[in-house]
Amino acid sequence: MKNLVTLIAGLMFGTGLILSGMANPAKVQNFLDLFGTWDPSLAFVMGGAIAVTMPGFWLVTRRAKPFFNDVFHLPTRTDFDKRFVSGAAIFGLGWGLGGFCPGPAVTAVPLAAQGTIVFVVTMLIGMVAAKYFVLWWDRRTWDLAGKTSQL
Amino acid sequence: METEFTPILSLLGGGLIGASAVLLMATHGRIAGISGIISRILPPRSAGQSLSQGVLFVIGLLLSAPIWVLVYGQSPVQTVSDNLPLLGAAGILVGFGSVLGNGCTSGHGVCGISRLSGRSIVATVTFMSSAFIAVLLLRHVIGA
Repeated sequence: MKNLVTLIAGLMFGTGLILSGMANPAKVQNFLDLFGTWDPSLAFVMGGAIAVTMPGFWLVTRRAKPFFNDVFHLPTRTDFDKRFVSGAAIFGLGWGLGGFCPGPAVTAVPLAAQGTIVFVVTMLIGMVAAKYFVLWWDRRTWDLAGKTSQL
Repeated sequence: METEFTPILSLLGGGLIGASAVLLMATHGRIAGISGIISRILPPRSAGQSLSQGVLFVIGLLLSAPIWVLVYGQSPVQTVSDNLPLLGAAGILVGFGSVLGNGCTSGHGVCGISRLSGRSIVATVTFMSSAFIAVLLLRHVIGA
């Protein structure tokens, strides 16, 4: 049951992306192209998604726990550092240049456009690289903190 | 290249994306952040992390287009650039940036904003701005 629900959630998400036009990178880039062939559709996708998610999250998190888990795993961090903001800025650059973000790109893989395959493979490489980078960064920050405390 | 403005379909599609996020929250208590779901499957992984749910969600994503084709008898409208070096660079930036910034359009843009998370609002404004600049440079300065 748990596995089926997860599979269906993925299927709903992917179908939503296709239906909304977000699996088409040209449409995403046109949303970002205010001074060219502007297509405001993406604002409606975000609006539709938030209109469901906002009341939905509020409603389901009023329960003591989720159906298949002991706790709600909600992000608790409220700070933002240079690394976080740089990450978002780098992500946006790539999103604009390619017209793809992770969900639509993976959903579009079976349509087998060459550009999609190249994007997804390099995206996975970028993710692995960033995970190692974050590990290295955290270790370095720890070391620096350790040295300072010894002084 | 022009694309058709599709307010109704986009609103409906967005609603379906939201419904999926609510379903994941209600059942697993987790945020539907696609970059997080994908990157957690990849190495380096922390010990004891379960793989199966992330993999199943990705399989659901991958089945969406084939099922769409079966039901509607035609492929979804899609124009992907054939500038492969550009898409390769974009892929690296999206992958690296989404892990560094702890999320992408779904995790920050949809789920985070719905929770009124300050971090997600900052992230969304930041990536929207840099994406806007990227398209401005690409289409109106370089002229690709």
